[in-house]
Amino acid sequence: MSLKSLTKPWQSMSYGFLDPSAKRELRRKMLKSVAVPGCQMPYASREVPMARGWGTGALQVSLTLLNPQMCVKVIDQGADDSVNAASIRRFLARVSGAPTTLDTLEAHLIQSRHRIPEEFLREDQILVLQVPNPEPLRSVQPNMSIARQMHADADYGRMWLQLYEQIVRSGRIMQGASYPSMVNGRHVMTPSPIPRWDVPKLNMSKHLTILSAGREKRIFAVPPYTRVEPLVFDDVPYQVEDHGALTCKRSGAKGFFMNEIPQDDGTSAFEVSDSEYGVKSIRQRDGEAVNLGGTWYKHGEMPK
Amino acid sequence: MSMVIDAPRIVTTKPLLVVRGVSKTYGKVVALHDVAVTAYPGEVLGIVGESGSGKSTLLRMMNLEETPEFGSYTLDLPDLRGNLFNLDRFARRMLCATRIGIVYQNPHLGLLMTHSSSGNVAERLLIAGERSFATLRAKATDALDASEFPLDRLDAPPIELSGGMQQRVQLAKAIALEPALLLLDEPTTGLDVSVQALVLDTLKRLQQGRQITMVVVSHDLGVIRTLADRVMVMRSGRVVEEGLVDQIFQDPQHAYTQQLVHAKL
Repeated sequence: MSLKSLTKPWQSMSYGFLDPSAKRELRRKMLKSVAVPGCQMPYASREVPMARGWGTGALQVSLTLLNPQMCVKVIDQGADDSVNAASIRRFLARVSGAPTTLDTLEAHLIQSRHRIPEEFLREDQILVLQVPNPEPLRSVQPNMSIARQMHADADYGRMWLQLYEQIVRSGRIMQGASYPSMVNGRHVMTPSPIPRWDVPKLNMSKHLTILSAGREKRIFAVPPYTRVEPLVFDDVPYQVEDHGALTCKRSGAKGFFMNEIPQDDGTSAFEVSDSEYGVKSIRQRDGEAVNLGGTWYKHGEMPK
Repeated sequence: MSMVIDAPRIVTTKPLLVVRGVSKTYGKVVALHDVAVTAYPGEVLGIVGESGSGKSTLLRMMNLEETPEFGSYTLDLPDLRGNLFNLDRFARRMLCATRIGIVYQNPHLGLLMTHSSSGNVAERLLIAGERSFATLRAKATDALDASEFPLDRLDAPPIELSGGMQQRVQLAKAIALEPALLLLDEPTTGLDVSVQALVLDTLKRLQQGRQITMVVVSHDLGVIRTLADRVMVMRSGRVVEEGLVDQIFQDPQHAYTQQLVHAKL
């Protein structure tokens, strides 16, 4: 048997852009991170045709997971049509031949920046989140070697100190995005800069969430049906943004996370941040038959 | 009628802290050589010596920040057996947070300078597992009050406070969890004389009120005379003399101690 018979013929381009050894490493690290929920796994972040900090970590995960049967959706701050989301989506489709969609219900793989869709995700869907700063302890422990020891010892007292300071200074917890959360009762993770509104969606969710930071070279995951609990004091309850009573100016949808749009007269109008959910709501209002999925929030509140 | 005299307390009480045969070298420099320390519950032990005599190294070892080459360290506390130098990192951290308090000469070592003062005290309680904001606030206020910190500056960051106030925040942090052992590393050095007197006053009152065992390291004989019951004199990593404060200061035996006592201005 010759060595040549065991290897594939040389190709100028490999499927899904990344070379097979890169994808193998990413797969291994994804398995590890699923095995230890919330624990950051280091990996060798590869070059992709995008600047570090623009979602290269999540892009590498998406490229590894993609196959021609998987339908891809890419979100940027809730919107499918922003430049960043559109070009990542086009790139993914071009290098993998995978079909693309805007509809959360049709997608198998959702790469997202800053938002989790409002509609429920299912067991067969994977959410990939872009993470700029994967280390929740960075603000309280600048030395990363010690921070890793603190993770190993589950020494998270200082995370609460940060919350204490915010209450003392401002009267309430000011942490808006990346709210530190305890995964599976063991590791504290930063759930990427999703708003407080989206953190409860990760708790005991049916879908797999993979969070990847390309610049910081760290990957971590929330497997399906895993507890994700935002850090709180016993006597200061967790609060999401008070968007429950707001109505979308375009679609009329009520009780979802909104984008604030300043108006000429100094007031504000609001639009559903999950753009495709807004589009579907408008279509339904106009009498089209659309498949509007069940949502995590009902009437602006997350059922217990 | 016969009179029964109880044995003196020093015979019947078991020592709280026992350090035996501790040696430590940094390269060729001998920091400590075969040093033994014993402290009894409720006692204040002073350690004096010139700079470089190894007194701060000894204190850092008692706070489990450093491990010696030889020697053992035991604290007579429930569920604490054996040589503490052999504890793992996790057990060390819990022990240091809950049973040992320390006040450093340099407040930058012991405090988070840009966090609030009450937050600095609350950190100790958080490490010990307290998760109620109201309780944290109340206990931090109590500890700061006990160390005679002005409560209207409760949430001021230590960096905005005076040296004396910073030492009080350190002290409040050290006593927040009612530790069995309080270590003071030159607590008043760098403070002016009047503030020094106030901080010493606070320490004295705390000691009398709570019966904490203290180990005070200082090169200032005045501080030792005010606070300590017993004193150990150290020179180049060795203990040269040990005894009651009055005894050592009135009638020093070792040549170095004589020199030290007479050198006092």
